[in-house]
Amino acid sequence: MKEVYEVRMHGRAGQGAKSGSQLLAEAAFREGKYIQSFPEYGSERRGAPTVSYTKIAEKVLRSHEPIVNPDVVLVLDFGIMRSIAVAAGLPDTGILIVNTKVCSAEIKKLAQFNGTLYGVDATGISLELLGMDTPNVPMLGALVKLTGVVKMESLEIVLREHFLPKIGEEKVQKNISMLRKGYEEVFK
Amino acid sequence: MGVRKAITGAEAAAEAMRQINPDVVVAYPITPQTPIVEQFAKYVADGIVDTEMVPVESEHSAMSATVGAEAAGARAMSATSSQGLALMWEIVAATPGLRLPIVMPLVNRTISAPLNIHCDHSDVMGVTTVGWIQIFSENAQEVYENLLLAIRVAEDTRVQLPAMVNQDGFITSHAVEPVEIFDDAAVRTFVGVRPLDRGLLDLQHVRTIGAMVLPDYLLEVKRAQEEAMMHVFEVYAEAGKELSAITGHQYPFFETYRTEDADAVIVVLNSAAGTAKVAVDAMRALGKKVGLLKPILFRPFPYAEVRDALKDVPVVGVLDRSMDFGAYAPVYTEIRNVLFELDRRPTTQSYIYGLGGRDIMATEIESVFEELLSGKLDPEHQRYIGLRG
Repeated sequence: MKEVYEVRMHGRAGQGAKSGSQLLAEAAFREGKYIQSFPEYGSERRGAPTVSYTKIAEKVLRSHEPIVNPDVVLVLDFGIMRSIAVAAGLPDTGILIVNTKVCSAEIKKLAQFNGTLYGVDATGISLELLGMDTPNVPMLGALVKLTGVVKMESLEIVLREHFLPKIGEEKVQKNISMLRKGYEEVFK
Repeated sequence: MGVRKAITGAEAAAEAMRQINPDVVVAYPITPQTPIVEQFAKYVADGIVDTEMVPVESEHSAMSATVGAEAAGARAMSATSSQGLALMWEIVAATPGLRLPIVMPLVNRTISAPLNIHCDHSDVMGVTTVGWIQIFSENAQEVYENLLLAIRVAEDTRVQLPAMVNQDGFITSHAVEPVEIFDDAAVRTFVGVRPLDRGLLDLQHVRTIGAMVLPDYLLEVKRAQEEAMMHVFEVYAEAGKELSAITGHQYPFFETYRTEDADAVIVVLNSAAGTAKVAVDAMRALGKKVGLLKPILFRPFPYAEVRDALKDVPVVGVLDRSMDFGAYAPVYTEIRNVLFELDRRPTTQSYIYGLGGRDIMATEIESVFEELLSGKLDPEHQRYIGLRG
């Protein structure tokens, strides 16, 4: 693992890129890592493109720079790839995970990425299990499967911590199922 | 040892306020201060603090009501940013002369226009002349501890002046980082209760606060206010020592990072100091002797101590996150003043960076170091980091 492991999440406001980045950071924090997680703010309104960052390290993180050379990029809405170069700064050895039903030629072209592109139907999973389009959680499952940067167990604990007071046990369970399904169903 | 939590700079400020447990908090929401007030309002609603929280219709009213509560003898706080500070300016400027030790987190955001919600220091640099103690914070941990320290320094009967604790909007206020929160009981003993010589509601010692003072005595009032400000140094050091016993951290007036034997030093406030440390490490790894000086206590400004820290440095670059149009930038001005007394003065260079939230990268700071070491400098003209052509 390089000195600072960096994950960049692109989405649209309302899809949970900010909370997804934060959940990932908190899972790593639980495992004793140093972390930073912050979104890039514009004039946010639902549907506008957003970007959010997670840094994970073994030693204290002093820099407050945004991430320009990520190890992993998550794309919560493939449509934003039409206007945003999501793979910018991602090396060919890096990992790009897109919320999509299929890694079609069109998706690959839109991504402008020479490395391996992975897909997960995060919207489908979310609609099936929760009845809402919140792709961030299944995307995190896919991320763990491909990178092992945190343990599933840690993510499940922070999911419960965060969401139990807000949405109750039943929906927490559904979110955990979404996380696991994202883990199982990520594809090339 | 405290408890480590993953929280934002705004939540760190709210945690400090929870432990301070002020009698009164009056605030009006403004981006990016909002999450401080939001979190604190939850503590009030959940009965975790005893605070009387007063929602008001504007920042002018927020500071007015905070002043009223503080004058009555309460420990009162507010929080704001940018235009909010601008709207409460009239009362902010009156507070030090009233000798009311209000402590207020300020989440730094640029002042309009153009309209922009992001970080720079044009809000705070517009109020550094009115007599508030100004403390700056590199990260969420420092926000938390500086607020605890500020309460003790502001309220000390030798001082009795208001204090702002600055943090960078979004960069610090909205970033989740590990923050160590220290034991409630120990912190509450440290902050204690506000020491009151006389409160407005103390009927045994009736007095007037905010009397009119005409030319015969106004100078004397202001001279006394300056003396109180000079007491900040000793009180800050004393309270810092007490806080160290809880946290294990030190509370210097400023931090130096790898400045020993340095050929060039950068001076920069708040979060960019963290990024500058990464740049210093990268340069040192290449054998280039560079360092950082991060001011923490900006008002009062510790001239003699900063001078001593910079006296043997050949070149000093000062990075300002705000401008003073037609004049040297605020931090650069202080550093130039610091160096004037020296027989052999370092060469200086002023840089403007990060206005309206423009990112500052470690590589850009490394380029500044390279320029400082190259000697191609123009001390009378400021340069702009990342300016687009």
